[in-house]
Amino acid sequence: MGDLLGLVAKRLGFGLLTLLVISVIIFFMVELLPGDIAQAVLGQGATEENLAALREQMGLNKPAVVRYFEWLGNALTGDFGTSIVTGERVSTIITERFINTLFLAAYAAVIAVPFAVTLGIVVALLRNTLFDRVVNVLTLTSISSPEFFLGYILILYLAVKTGMFPAISSLRPGMTFWELLDRTFLPALTLVLVVTAHMMRMTRAAIINLLASPYIEMARLKGAPPWKVIVRHALPNAWAPIINVIALNLAYLITGVVLVEVVFVYPGIGQALVDAVSKRDFPIVQSCCLIFAATFILLNLAADVAAILTNPRLRHPK
Amino acid sequence: MSDKKQVLLDIRNLRIEGYTGEEWVPIIKGVDLKLHRGEVMGLIGESGAGKSTIGAAAMGFARDGTRISEGSIEFDGMELTTASEAEKRALRGSRIAYVAQSAAASFNPAHKIIDQHTEAPLHYRIQKRLEAQEDAMDLYERLRLPNPKEIGFRYPHQVSGGQLQRAMTAMAMACRPDLIIFDEPTTALDVTTQIEVLAAIRDIVDQFNTAAIYITHDLAVVAQMADTIKVLLKGEEVEQAPTEEMLQSPREDYTKSLWAVRSYQRPQQSRPEGEKPVISVQHVDAAYTGGVKVLDDVSFDIYRGMTVAVVGESGSGKSTAARCITGLLPPSKGQVLSNGEPLPPNYLNRSKDQLRQVQMIYQMADTALNPKVRISEIIGRPAQFYSGLRGADLKHRVDELLDLIELDPSKFYNRYPPELSGGQKQRIGIARALAAEPSFIICDEVTSALDQLVAEGILKLLDRLQKELDLAYMFITHDLATVRAIADEVVVMQNGKVVEQGPKDEMFTPPHHPYTDLLLSSVPEMDPNWLTTLLEERGVENVGEAADV
Repeated sequence: MGDLLGLVAKRLGFGLLTLLVISVIIFFMVELLPGDIAQAVLGQGATEENLAALREQMGLNKPAVVRYFEWLGNALTGDFGTSIVTGERVSTIITERFINTLFLAAYAAVIAVPFAVTLGIVVALLRNTLFDRVVNVLTLTSISSPEFFLGYILILYLAVKTGMFPAISSLRPGMTFWELLDRTFLPALTLVLVVTAHMMRMTRAAIINLLASPYIEMARLKGAPPWKVIVRHALPNAWAPIINVIALNLAYLITGVVLVEVVFVYPGIGQALVDAVSKRDFPIVQSCCLIFAATFILLNLAADVAAILTNPRLRHPK
Repeated sequence: MSDKKQVLLDIRNLRIEGYTGEEWVPIIKGVDLKLHRGEVMGLIGESGAGKSTIGAAAMGFARDGTRISEGSIEFDGMELTTASEAEKRALRGSRIAYVAQSAAASFNPAHKIIDQHTEAPLHYRIQKRLEAQEDAMDLYERLRLPNPKEIGFRYPHQVSGGQLQRAMTAMAMACRPDLIIFDEPTTALDVTTQIEVLAAIRDIVDQFNTAAIYITHDLAVVAQMADTIKVLLKGEEVEQAPTEEMLQSPREDYTKSLWAVRSYQRPQQSRPEGEKPVISVQHVDAAYTGGVKVLDDVSFDIYRGMTVAVVGESGSGKSTAARCITGLLPPSKGQVLSNGEPLPPNYLNRSKDQLRQVQMIYQMADTALNPKVRISEIIGRPAQFYSGLRGADLKHRVDELLDLIELDPSKFYNRYPPELSGGQKQRIGIARALAAEPSFIICDEVTSALDQLVAEGILKLLDRLQKELDLAYMFITHDLATVRAIADEVVVMQNGKVVEQGPKDEMFTPPHHPYTDLLLSSVPEMDPNWLTTLLEERGVENVGEAADV
């Protein structure tokens, strides 16, 4: 177990290093955006003096490297600056948005992960049957349809035609948890449809991959029924690749939801990012990107640790 | 064996087909097999004889890609070929059990040994969990496993190969089946470990009067275990007889040829005078990164035109010594000389000529040859690299090498390794080593994955090449029969040290180092009483006594 802690610490260190590199990339990519930020903020009618004053105030005259370190230093203390457009603190704007995104991601994940893994086990059990093929075609269809298209289809059938769920997922303060679940059901369902196929197919593949192993034949020759062969003998050895794909999809649920949030007018971080980009609100853009990067790194780390925990050789050394 | 005993398993005219991807071809071509309660039948034959397929069929089981096309399999009055999947499943693990070749691969790495043991009894509701665990510990004790109360609670990777094989036998016994199929249960083990497992299996089968089918390619092993022996060749029965009779007077030519292989022996040579050794290993220590020392002050010399056999159990350091000579693992102390000149420890620092001198042939020809590369290129590549041959010269050289290993160039030049048999693949491995025109070849267990007849062919080929090309061989093996057949000198290794070395005739004549003695006496002999006698000599009490309490 001591080894495991060491490993986690090491990976965490590498993760922080990666994050640092990404912060450099993000900062200078935003720098490279064409046009003048001050001009964009003040509009076409601004005078030269006003522009110069704003540049001075925002520190735009200092060299980029100096501004990078100032930004990084502030970010480390939790200060991500203020929005250029509204003047609000970035952390205030983003925190609420990020919580909303996490909520939606968790909602989708709680449905999608157990569903995908169970479905993967079932199709592995019924491999090469009609059921297997139908599920394959359906999940392939859902993964290859753009999510805004899926979203609009769901709105058409589940909101407009039947009125079962609200078409728009805007939130207001004081909603109960159940209202929240009801209101965000369609975007969550859209996300479930998008991520299920990947996880389901990996579960199926990882299990079927093991079926030729001698210990699977042994289990069969001990008289274990087919479901037990899969669930008890194959699945525990198949977790590592499945967990990795789950982590990738969880990361996608947080960082890839822009389109879904826009379709359902859901106040998440993706929408904030799109707004900020169009308005050149670069402190918000930088912070969103950093959060996305950190999410990826943390989830991958979690996947590695979980994969190690499912390997008896590493859990119980000689 | 007598008629008054009840017939337990009756297989008549069994035909099994396998799917090649295009068509169904016969694997088992009409085999009959009759087994009585408490009888042990040995099934022997080379690979491809269909031994394992028949073993699985006795459980009503056809592996993926095979099907039982004809015949009947009657187990205790129940016809398995027409039984439903559920009916057959109900027999497996409870009335017919299976012990696989590699216990390390056949235990599920994700579960504790005892949980796998109790799976069948719990599934069939024969015992409650605690009872089943108690019973498992009892069986572990009868099979003489160390710490029988505790060993089951370990994971498979925490237990040695020989112990796992015994734990698997215990697992097969869990529901006290009427029949156990042993599928090469000791093939993957060292001779010294094999003895313990053989003794344990024999005793436990005896105690519970279990019938067994014992599948192996090793005649001496089957002689210890079986009441009756059935010889198979390419899916057909050659002959069947009680063990004693079969050993003393086999009727068929094929059986006689199997018996005869073990007598091949070439004359022993002595060291050439006034020459420096081709390879001299001097006081070499070696360790893997961060690990313990695996070689401890190892020294031996190999002279031109001679074969030095390096023997020992797995983990004794035989292969590590080879890695030091090739420069794959630089020694931490000592050095390796070639014709008196020190070789750079790391192969990266060796010149082309130094690299050319030392070549290797590997145990698994299957994995040592790239399946996607033509034979012409496998052999041509080192010829081109070391000798700079191109175009017509290169083609000529490859043809010459194929001729040397007795394969027709016009047939093999453009083929791929998967199209070849095991013996042919190993010949390609030899040609690839020869292509460099080496003076010294390391043969790492080159015959242990091959059938006896094929292995003998390889040994004879190596012997001929040695005479023609004046080669020196380092022959790594755990098989003392091979040593007896081809070695001039023998180096015995144990735990990374050389415990004894010298000319072969001296090594095979007493007095020996105690470890050499242990190795030599552990090699099964054709005498059916060999195991019994040996166990008595070693003073191991018969575990049967423990059972009679």
